[in-house]
Amino acid sequence: MSHLDLLTFARGSALNWALMLCVAGVVLRLFEIFGLGRKADLAKPRAARPGSGWRTMVTRSLPPEGMLKHDPVTYIGGYVFHLGLLVTIFFFAPHIEFIRSMTGLSWPGLPAALVDALAVAAMAALGTLLAHRLNNLVKRMLSGIGDYLAWTVTLLPLLTGYLAYHHLLLEYTLMLALHLFSIELLLVLLPFTKLFHTFSLFISRWYNGDLFARKGVAS
Amino acid sequence: MTASLSKGINAFKEVIDAPIASFFSSCVHCGLCAEACLFYTETGEAKYTPIHKLEPLRRVWQQEYTLLGSLGKLLSLSKPVTDEELTEWEPLVYDSCTLCGCCSMVCPVGNDLTYMIRKMREGMAASGHAPEDLIAATTRAITIGSPMGIKWPAVQAQIKHVQADTGIEVPVEREGADYLVLMSSMEIINFPEYLSALSRIFKQAGVSWTLASDAFEATNSGIQIGSSDLAREIVSRIVVAAERLKVKCVISPECGHAFTALRWEGPNLMGRPFGFEVKHILEVLDELRAAGKLKTRGKDNRPLTYHDPCQIARRGGVVEQPRRLLSEIAADFREMPDAGVMNWCCGGGGGVSAITRAEPLRLQVFKIKKGQIEATGVQTLVTACANCRIVIEEALEHYHMKIEVVGLTELLAQYLVEENASPIPSPVSGRG
Ligand code: SF4
Ligand code: SF4
Repeated sequence: MSHLDLLTFARGSALNWALMLCVAGVVLRLFEIFGLGRKADLAKPRAARPGSGWRTMVTRSLPPEGMLKHDPVTYIGGYVFHLGLLVTIFFFAPHIEFIRSMTGLSWPGLPAALVDALAVAAMAALGTLLAHRLNNLVKRMLSGIGDYLAWTVTLLPLLTGYLAYHHLLLEYTLMLALHLFSIELLLVLLPFTKLFHTFSLFISRWYNGDLFARKGVAS
Repeated sequence: MTASLSKGINAFKEVIDAPIASFFSSCVHCGLCAEACLFYTETGEAKYTPIHKLEPLRRVWQQEYTLLGSLGKLLSLSKPVTDEELTEWEPLVYDSCTLCGCCSMVCPVGNDLTYMIRKMREGMAASGHAPEDLIAATTRAITIGSPMGIKWPAVQAQIKHVQADTGIEVPVEREGADYLVLMSSMEIINFPEYLSALSRIFKQAGVSWTLASDAFEATNSGIQIGSSDLAREIVSRIVVAAERLKVKCVISPECGHAFTALRWEGPNLMGRPFGFEVKHILEVLDELRAAGKLKTRGKDNRPLTYHDPCQIARRGGVVEQPRRLLSEIAADFREMPDAGVMNWCCGGGGGVSAITRAEPLRLQVFKIKKGQIEATGVQTLVTACANCRIVIEEALEHYHMKIEVVGLTELLAQYLVEENASPIPSPVSGRG
């Protein structure tokens, strides 16, 4: 199989399968959550606060007062990583073009040099967060194989993308194929690892905001 | 599997709902919840990380309610929850969690960890892994009517004293009164000032109220231990009395968890909404203030601070009321750092103060409160929970801190403008 064949497979049936598994997995996991239901709260809530769950979905993205200084590495590392990852995925011109070819949707990208820098920053943040995880007693205790697996499959697309873009290490076509495979691995594992927080964190924050708002507290 | 263990696991399965499944699914193991838990910040011990306290419950969720987890269980790849493990977790779920709610405010993915720990206690209690002291307190609450073993004659004796001191009649079993007043055992034994203060304030404000002889105790160790059945039995006494006396509102006393038990858990325990309102005493006092019915004279010149009881502020939404009330009578009110909904717990809520073996830990974690109080430089701390009060007083003594702790209701009564009442014993120094 030539590199080109490999790439064709990677962006063809492999990607289709990965996307299908990812969607099926997400649907299954959402079903596992919502299928459990929730008892109606019979206690009369305080003054209705419409939108409290939705508000918490947004406000929880910021550290509560005083928390930043408790663990700046996690907060700052977390922001840099997530921002770098999102920009790289959605504002890198070739990615937009790829999405356009598949869905017809497109939007303006950001300068390649900026995206490149943010991708490097995201990888550096991942490295720092891993070191922090290994050094911090609490994080190390909480971490299991799933955490390190999630870390690896998140790093791989960034790394292979970076190497492909800069024509480093391997022949470009091969690296691009590997880049796609790494994304496919990420897609397949996403619903079944802690990476599922990509979806479930919105649900959790909504519940949190709702539970607190019933008692009259903005959380 | 022993019968009690399987009972416990079943209780775990029963409490797991969509929010809990979502919370476990979302956890990214960032460890930030530890930074919000005083048991971790003051000891540095990783085992006190809030999400770690839930590990057995998490595994039951994973093994029972996720496809991958149940496959793992089928193939015997996953670790089952055992009695030994629950024994090990007992001090984590009870002794080192005051259900203060701080962790739920900081988790970046939005996990309400406190909600989960409260629910987890259902399985711990069902499997026989609740602390003995809490079991004993709950048994007393069920058989005698109060966790501290207080019976109605003790309340009657207090009523007599109050009537003699104030010249005001304490109404008992008065049908059709607007308010049913409850107390906590702690108030009956240690802080008789509360009932006296309330009688005077209500007399001045012209409030119609009553006590009930079969429902005077507001605390509910059933919710602390995590037994909904027992909690229901305890709360139903109040509901029955409130309905019998046809009151419009039941007043939860200066006690944090009693408010949670009655206001937020009560209707859910009973399986129906209440036909009467439930308010914390601070809410009632603030309403009287707003209506111009709570008249005070003079100000307290002592520097004062206010400790927000977790269940009243963060878990109860009563934050502004005590501040508005204090502004009426305090000349030099000082907020602690992190006051309000992010206030640090006293270390004794959620049943912890009733667990004897937890005392050294409770005193250790009080250091955070100590620092908060010291930052204000006050000698007087006001609060609105008899449990916080006892816990703080004991810890202050332990740390040789000369700080007086007073209940807000009682402090207000000291500055009350009274008509047609016998003179009140003059308040402490510094009245301005
Ligand atoms: S703060 Fe939230 S996401 Fe982080 S470890 Fe605790 S529960 Fe998990
Ligand atoms: S509720 Fe409070 S005491 Fe309990 S785990 Fe959370 S922060 Fe710690």
